[in-house]
Amino acid sequence: MRLDHQVIFDWIEPGARVLDLGCGEGDLLAVLTAQKGVIGQGVEINEEAIYRCVEKGVSVFHSDIESGLGDFPDQSFDYTILNQSLQEVRNIGHVLDEALRIGKKAVVGIPNFAHLRARVRLFFRGRTPITPALPYSWAETPNIRFMSIIDFKNFCRVKGYHILDAQFLGTHRRVLFWPNLFALNGIFLITKAKHLA
Amino acid sequence: MKKKDEQKWIVKTQFFEFAHPPRELVLECGRKLGPIRIAYETYGTLNEKRNNAVLVCHAFSGNAHVAGYHSPEDKQPGWWDSMVGPGKGIDTNRYFVICSNVLGGCSGSTGPSSINPKTGKPYGLDFPIVTIRDMVEAQRHLIDFLGIPRLLSVVGGSMGGMQVLQWVASYPDRVRSAIPIATTLKHSPQQIAFDEVGRQAVMADPNWRMGDYYGHKPPERGLALARMIGHITYMSDRSMEEKFSRRLKENKYSFSFGTDFEVEGYLKYRGDNFVKRFDANSYLYITKAMDYFDLSGDKLFPHGLTVKTRFLVIAFKSDWLYPAYQSHEIVRLLKMRGVDATYCEINSTYGHDAFLLEIEEESHLIRHFLEKTQEIADKEDSGCV
Repeated sequence: MRLDHQVIFDWIEPGARVLDLGCGEGDLLAVLTAQKGVIGQGVEINEEAIYRCVEKGVSVFHSDIESGLGDFPDQSFDYTILNQSLQEVRNIGHVLDEALRIGKKAVVGIPNFAHLRARVRLFFRGRTPITPALPYSWAETPNIRFMSIIDFKNFCRVKGYHILDAQFLGTHRRVLFWPNLFALNGIFLITKAKHLA
Repeated sequence: MKKKDEQKWIVKTQFFEFAHPPRELVLECGRKLGPIRIAYETYGTLNEKRNNAVLVCHAFSGNAHVAGYHSPEDKQPGWWDSMVGPGKGIDTNRYFVICSNVLGGCSGSTGPSSINPKTGKPYGLDFPIVTIRDMVEAQRHLIDFLGIPRLLSVVGGSMGGMQVLQWVASYPDRVRSAIPIATTLKHSPQQIAFDEVGRQAVMADPNWRMGDYYGHKPPERGLALARMIGHITYMSDRSMEEKFSRRLKENKYSFSFGTDFEVEGYLKYRGDNFVKRFDANSYLYITKAMDYFDLSGDKLFPHGLTVKTRFLVIAFKSDWLYPAYQSHEIVRLLKMRGVDATYCEINSTYGHDAFLLEIEEESHLIRHFLEKTQEIADKEDSGCV
């Protein structure tokens, strides 16, 4: 299993209701359904990915992340997942507010723009960062938001989201020290509900 | 019922009769109708648990003959032969597939061209107005007769999709999954308008004679015109460009009102063919049934009901007769009610016709969706849930 999927897998308890926003080909939801008996629902914009989801028995709505969120009732899922999809979203605050309205908790996985390799590439070579977590050239990237791990933590504090857990990932293993410098990706488990914090 | 005859798969239309007086079917309009005959075909075998039955609902001008051939000499297979059959999207090796001609139709089921037992003559306009709900009610009697407690799935495009939605509204406990394709929760004013223009074309034909044309020359001109209009709405601007462009039948303009362009010839051909197989009064009744269709608000899922039916909703990008936004309305309800559902908007240029043409993508979705549904059904029926 992908390292980030393993982190999310460990967080989610069996039988939970999970909404995966930007679920891609449905790999995570398929594993969660098969091994943890979760009730899963995906949202995905790419048509080819929809076919891959359906092959795996994953239920998925063909849509962008932002437009259809308002239809989901309050707290109708235990978890909403935004793994590697938030950086492609225009209205970050709105999407996170919605994710935490629909889900009791949200899982947010982001690529770290302040990783050492990004800094070296920018500082010494004067080039736009490219890292394993941000693999696209400036002209081809689908990403429109660039954040660091510290940025996201600050954002959560300002918005009043409680960070319940955070895991930082390198290429092959978890990063324990100075994640803002050494982690390629950060995964946060957040909530708005005080009683869950 | 079926046997392999070389490559041709031979199927036979069967008939089911119910609602014999005095136990007539009470219709949505309040009038009673009976006896009612329903033409249907079945494919594959009902399993022991009776949980592998798939009901296919046909679109406006369809019939019970969804797949296979009626005879070895038959040139035309059923209307969705590319989807239904052994190893196909709706795999008849796995599922027991049923398709019936709608109530009010003219392909074997009771409709305005049937004999009214009270007069011994065709009903004509004495036939009561039927609705999509009445059509589903008739299908439900057939499903009871076939001994199926709960359908694995109800599938259909366009008006077939309305019947799918109506099944969920009328009998939520008897539908394990629903596949509404290129359809809507309610007919929009634009859809009603096109239907009305078609009806006016039929009724303006002097041969229509207030629907009492049986035994006389039928209103072929009016019906053909209605069908021509219909066919324009089934295609997209782009698919018409690709299919016809401005190509001419002859190499030069005739400078007359004859058929210059290929598109004109195509529409004329479609219209002329249609009148050979379709009853003009059925055209009026069935379009009216579609226009009355409205499951918006909480009519699809009554308030407070936990929806257990799984959904696969399919729309097509270039369909402007049943645009994707109408499928979004269905999806919106599914989200609001927490229904286990999949929605796919297939990137097609064929317009509304796509639901009969984009077979590869549709088959892929339907095959895997049905497999998953069967898996759930088997689990539930063996009591391991």
